[in-house]
Amino acid sequence: MNLFEHVGRYSRLMAGVFTKPQRWGILWKQYKAEIEKQGLQSILITVIISIFIGSAITMQMVLNTENPMLPKYVTGLTTRETLLLEFSSTILCLILAGKVGSNIASEIGTMRITEQIDALKIMGVNAENYLILPKILGFVSIVPVLVIFSMFFGLLGGYIIATTGVISPSQYVMGIQYAFNPYYVTYSIIKSLFFAFIIASISSYYGYYAYGGALEVGKASTNAVVKSSIFILLFNVILTDLLLV
Amino acid sequence: MIEVRNVTKSFGDLTVLHNISALFEAGKTNLIIGQSGSGKTVLMKSVIGIHQVDEGQILYDGRDIAKMTKKEVAILRREVGMLFQGSALFDSMTVEENVRFPLEMFSDKSKEEWDERVNFCLNRVGLSHAAKLFPSEISGGMQKRAAIARAIVLEPTYLFCDEPNSGLDPKTSLTIDQLIHEITVENNITTIVNTHDMNSVMEIGDKVIFIHKGYKGWEGDKDSIFESGNQDLEDLVFASNLYKKVKKYHNLK
Repeated sequence: MNLFEHVGRYSRLMAGVFTKPQRWGILWKQYKAEIEKQGLQSILITVIISIFIGSAITMQMVLNTENPMLPKYVTGLTTRETLLLEFSSTILCLILAGKVGSNIASEIGTMRITEQIDALKIMGVNAENYLILPKILGFVSIVPVLVIFSMFFGLLGGYIIATTGVISPSQYVMGIQYAFNPYYVTYSIIKSLFFAFIIASISSYYGYYAYGGALEVGKASTNAVVKSSIFILLFNVILTDLLLV
Repeated sequence: MIEVRNVTKSFGDLTVLHNISALFEAGKTNLIIGQSGSGKTVLMKSVIGIHQVDEGQILYDGRDIAKMTKKEVAILRREVGMLFQGSALFDSMTVEENVRFPLEMFSDKSKEEWDERVNFCLNRVGLSHAAKLFPSEISGGMQKRAAIARAIVLEPTYLFCDEPNSGLDPKTSLTIDQLIHEITVENNITTIVNTHDMNSVMEIGDKVIFIHKGYKGWEGDKDSIFESGNQDLEDLVFASNLYKKVKKYHNLK
């Protein structure tokens, strides 16, 4: 299957997804379930990764800013900028593409190969809308929360390292407050909304068109993660150019 | 009643169904039988509307499915129940939630009426005790019964069953067959069963249509199947040792 066929099939799928739901109540129920499944169950991994990456970045910044010409608070400042601009949106979403993307693709793929999607269609249910719309809406809604969590815990990780003596905690705190541009948070959140849509829609696409058996579901899951990651990286460049440069 | 008129279906250069005509009557279990690859699944999927036929007509009580608007097809879908080969129950829902699902999607009745209907359907298939269990927690036979309950919850006019006995032991198969037949007669449903299980044919075959290499090979009922005079059908019917012995015992030609 060539690129144009994928684009056509993906567009047709999305046209089916973004239609009026048959029952708003059911959409609301599923939306809440997706927020819990994709969002709340991703908080722990987000917190753990952010603390450790925040700590590592701080240590690296201490080494890279070891210059008497540079004020000590530069360590905190550069840690903050790295976390806000790139880690808490792009890198976090790449990690979530692995967790959430593979989950979505395998869930929908399994429904496909066990005829559950056919059952929905024969009942007269718009399967695309019923299955995929809550996942996209749920993930797009919860990702900004995860990004904010990641920023906070990333900076906290840096602070924890600062308390061990590699840098003065007060200088670190001064650095993370110095010349703070709130737009960077907005920029990061806007990027994450795009990335969340990419992860949820591409993973749903690969799951929805998985045919065969367990092997195909595995392939769909792998494709979902790989393709989502590629598009996240591509859109990272495009959005940075549009929003920041 | 569903009428299939001169239906032809191809996939690329391969013609899978050749000019098939058949009448599936209400209140009867209509069986489509044939060897694997004969085209019986394609015929059933064409009747349901999953495949678009190249030539011919499919009429649901006189309504041509090809001429229906999207809205009319959506309404027709609510008159259709389907039992899938693998049951196709939703993993994330309990048995009760699976049965309730079509009501939640399409019924405007009150929740009390939903509960009443769900309980009735679960009772009818003998699964009241398993209502709160998930599909993974029940046996294959129970899954089939749960799928039947889901298929009949909206009181369908048409019921399709794709290999309802696959993967089941003979005793459970018999229970499922009888259940399908009883529900068909009780509710005057037009039921189409796709099978190659000869026990099902002999148990519930009010009407049997034999498909061979994409052509309709024979049409009749379970009582006349042993005297069909169709060699291809006999090869299918007497494929097992059991039926060879039956043939020998009855001294059939």
